[in-house]
Amino acid sequence: MVQKIHPDAPSALAGLLFDGMTIAAGGFGLCGIPETLIQALVDSGTTGITAVSNNAGVDDFGLGKLLRTRQIAKMVSSYVGENKEFERQYLTGELEIEFCPQGTLAERMRAGGAGIPGFYTRTGVGTLIAEGKETKVFDGETFVLERGIVADLAIVKAWKGDPYGNLVFRKSARNFNPMAATCGRVTVAEVEELVAPGELEPDQIHTPGVFVQRLILATHNEKRIEQRTIRKEAQ
Amino acid sequence: MPWTRDEMAALAAAELQDGFYVNLGIGIPTLVANHIAPGIDVTLQSENGMLGLGPFPTEAEVDADIINAGKQTITELDRTSYVSSADSFGMIRGGHIQLSVLGAMEVAENGDLANWMVPGKMVKGPGGAMDLVAGVQRIIVLMDHVDKQGAAKFRRGCTLPLTGANVVDMIITNLAIFERPDRQSAFLLRRLAPGVTAQEVRDLTEAEYEEAFA
Repeated sequence: MVQKIHPDAPSALAGLLFDGMTIAAGGFGLCGIPETLIQALVDSGTTGITAVSNNAGVDDFGLGKLLRTRQIAKMVSSYVGENKEFERQYLTGELEIEFCPQGTLAERMRAGGAGIPGFYTRTGVGTLIAEGKETKVFDGETFVLERGIVADLAIVKAWKGDPYGNLVFRKSARNFNPMAATCGRVTVAEVEELVAPGELEPDQIHTPGVFVQRLILATHNEKRIEQRTIRKEAQ
Repeated sequence: MPWTRDEMAALAAAELQDGFYVNLGIGIPTLVANHIAPGIDVTLQSENGMLGLGPFPTEAEVDADIINAGKQTITELDRTSYVSSADSFGMIRGGHIQLSVLGAMEVAENGDLANWMVPGKMVKGPGGAMDLVAGVQRIIVLMDHVDKQGAAKFRRGCTLPLTGANVVDMIITNLAIFERPDRQSAFLLRRLAPGVTAQEVRDLTEAEYEEAFA
């Protein structure tokens, strides 16, 4: 059996990194982000990265770490409002941003991973997002052409994974991870739990191993909470 | 007296119908969940991939893997399901969500909505708002009637970059409710907050509309 499991993040990323590369990352906000692999990217010193990720983390966590070190040259994201350093770098022209509506971003990653180079959507028609893009009328309504995304590398976070690279995500930490996993030329997954072959229920696998080339046991599972909202007592 | 934020949220909640699947935007729209009438069964959707949102957790229930689109910790219900972001926006873009309540910086009399960007100043991004207005069946905007400088937010045309063109069906402000029967029609002024006059609303509104009180 092909050995997909690597002992640590640097070895899982070995030979995959180069300056100017495109990296797709799973996660929504700070939920379901590949914390271990992001730290390894920081340590690698790879620069000029185009990061495809719904959000940009916060100043000192998630992709925010790679912004701080100026390793990211461009972000393809839907929302970056939580990151002050991002806003500063963007407004001073140090960082390029391609805003992409959230659903369009998810679909662009899904399409890229499924071998679909482009698709039409109603989202963004009549806005800045559609400027310079081809449009087409279907049944009397205008749709805009959006491109599928294929990344040089995809990094994802899963709850459980087995040696074949089959992955199961947990609750809302699933988010962009399944699409990110499909759109990488190489996909590296970090998992909270490594389980033995056969332990995952085949009907319950979210991402089959065909999409995952390398796998590590996550060592960073801080799972920082952005908005800790609490109700006083049980209702 | 103008409506409070909670009163505005309650007015929006009155638009919910039994069996609706609903997406609530971040900010005041989130408050709508607190005002759903007994006997009205509504399933809340969050675009990060959760269908069937429960209330905020108790301290003991907090789970970092259960959040809504506002990145707030939340709980599950017996009906909850999780999906990927692509499937979540399939629900939204595919027209399977009946209603969305969103905030706005500007709304135009033709239903254009601007709520994602102030050029040169605010660069947060559209998030899921563009997908919501493009795909959800009915869009209600909750906003203050005027901005912090006192300028009208319901305008002839939006001055800010659009989130969507001709997408708003109803506007609930702290002063009044505007609604239109369909997206080919003009907005109608349907209701005034207590003690607010039609003339006051006229003076604080740039958009053209007709008065047709409910």
